[in-house]
Amino acid sequence: MEMLVKFLVAAIGAGTPLLFGTVGEILNEKVGHLNLGVEGMMAIGACAGFMGGYMSDNLFVALLCAFLAGVLAALVYAVLTVTFMANQNVAGLTMTIFGVGLSNFVGVYMVSHSENSTLKLPAQISKQLQNIHIPVLSDIPVLGELLFSYNVFVYLAIVIAAVCGVYLYRSKTGLNVQAIGENPAAADAASIPVTRWKYINLLLGGGICGLGGAYCGMIINGGVWISNSVNGLGWIAVALVIFAAWKPHMAILGSFLFGALRVLKYYKVGFMVGMPDAFFDMLPFLITALVLIGTSMRGVKGTHIPAFLGNNYFREER
Amino acid sequence: MTTSSNMSHEPLFHVVKHQERSAVQVLLLRLVAVVCSILAGGVFIWAIGYNPFAVYGTILEGAFRSEMAIQATVKFTIPMCICALAVTLAFKMKFWNVGGEGQLIVGAIFASYFALFCADWNHWVLVVVMLVAGAVGGGLWGLLAAGFKVKFGTNETLLTLMLNYIALHIVSYLQAGPWRDPGANGFSKIARFAKNVALDKVLGVHFGWIIMLVLVAAVWVYLKYTKQGYEISVVGESQDTARYAGIHVKRVILRTMFLSGAIAGIAGACQVAGSDMTLSMGVAGGVGFTGIIIAWLCQLNPGMILVVSFLFGVLEKGSSVVQSTFGLSSDCADVLQGIILFFILGSEFFVRYSFVFRHKKGGAR
Repeated sequence: MEMLVKFLVAAIGAGTPLLFGTVGEILNEKVGHLNLGVEGMMAIGACAGFMGGYMSDNLFVALLCAFLAGVLAALVYAVLTVTFMANQNVAGLTMTIFGVGLSNFVGVYMVSHSENSTLKLPAQISKQLQNIHIPVLSDIPVLGELLFSYNVFVYLAIVIAAVCGVYLYRSKTGLNVQAIGENPAAADAASIPVTRWKYINLLLGGGICGLGGAYCGMIINGGVWISNSVNGLGWIAVALVIFAAWKPHMAILGSFLFGALRVLKYYKVGFMVGMPDAFFDMLPFLITALVLIGTSMRGVKGTHIPAFLGNNYFREER
Repeated sequence: MTTSSNMSHEPLFHVVKHQERSAVQVLLLRLVAVVCSILAGGVFIWAIGYNPFAVYGTILEGAFRSEMAIQATVKFTIPMCICALAVTLAFKMKFWNVGGEGQLIVGAIFASYFALFCADWNHWVLVVVMLVAGAVGGGLWGLLAAGFKVKFGTNETLLTLMLNYIALHIVSYLQAGPWRDPGANGFSKIARFAKNVALDKVLGVHFGWIIMLVLVAAVWVYLKYTKQGYEISVVGESQDTARYAGIHVKRVILRTMFLSGAIAGIAGACQVAGSDMTLSMGVAGGVGFTGIIIAWLCQLNPGMILVVSFLFGVLEKGSSVVQSTFGLSSDCADVLQGIILFFILGSEFFVRYSFVFRHKKGGAR
């Protein structure tokens, strides 16, 4: 039982950066943009968040830096793919190469200009990043640990996912936004401002990815800057969007499930003991591939890809 | 006042399509984009307190300063160029194969099997077998994605992406498990290959560069002068047209993806047997993705791919020298590549479209 609780807690921690990335990518894909730059935007967010926190010693400033950096990166992508109608695959991949490169580059630069060749977050922000402890609530056995024992990011991610879910599926605007991903020409004809909502969603998505990056930069390595902190999580997030069937509330479930898969190798029981670690590392991708194939086989209703995904919209060619 | 309120509903500018620009104009546009990106990169270098001329100079000098430097530059070029050729075949067919990375890795795994367990074979037999094995491995990995695409319509971008990571973790399984080197003091890694395995050096670089040149010519001829190449471009233009013309679309997709994967697999074989002399998680190291960018940058023209791959090789090698000279991370290669790409992606727009601003139109009325 104790082991199970530990496992679940670890799973939720490991799933949190994925949740940010996935929700960000859902916002992108709902307006028809398959953004392969999640990894890059997260890397940029990781760097901006960490450096912001390092210099200001304030968690809020760090989060703001990460969010704005993500927005800025997304702006580049949005200008290229929405206004300039550039190929989305290429623009996204470029963003990933550029973002990861920039993040590591700035990191190395900062390390070499620091006093003792390491970057460690100062005391106050480290304290703010610790797991919360609410008197009484956190002390409830099992439940307290499962619900009230995480760092700020975990709660932030869940709130953002919930808000985005309401925005996309329960508001009129959200339904309009979804129409853009399905058929931009029809949306345009219904006088939905296609370009504006594309920009809003892409930038917002980028900012959320940036926050996920901040988790990677500040939490994963325990407050010390190490290059490549995102290390492929952005790609898992792209995969998770499929698994979550483009629904933010499913993304919450999916992220924690994938988080569980990521930490499963440390909690092997029974038949799993003999299996190689590599298999567990592969599982998220393998399962996503199977889900991808499975949904395409059955053409499951309600879980389909936005029809216009990956295509740019040129309104004078309707 | 009334006119301004009338016009306030009109956007600041809108986009119009015009006739395609001439080849000279397109070339000029690209040149402007490259110059702009070099300027932007320079501003970035300047902003962090270094002299852009010195850094750019070091990149160029670092890539060409000695025979050894040039050899290293070529070594960087080989996998990027071959991967770009690989995805070119798929992209021509509008099949978004972003799985060059995975196909390269599986090719490398197949080749490594022979390198590890048949090292005592006759050298030339072994080399040929490794290259063929690499091609078969990569090809099958490509075929897997294509199979699901033609059978169920599975999204190929996402599926090939997932297959990259599955392939990567197969390597991690092999190096921690069955192929683990017992003599590596507890480290999970695969043993160094025997000398007999190594691809021979020609002019100081393993002969992968000759394979690369042959492939450049072969892909060019294949796309331009063969029936199969023609079928690929028809399928790429319109699957309906292709079907109407009696082309067996599914067969073309399967065949082309096998070839695409096979070429990437050859790059994998060259990497393990020519460059790394072992199989590791870093065998692809992102060249599958860089290859996609190069292929797109060159508009799927094999000759251009060779040139641009070499330029990217210069950037990679030069950046490693920048690292040792200025203490700047060699990641600046990626940053510069990104900046160049962003500008060229942006410039591409002006080949076919232009902006018409509100006040211009208002004046015309």
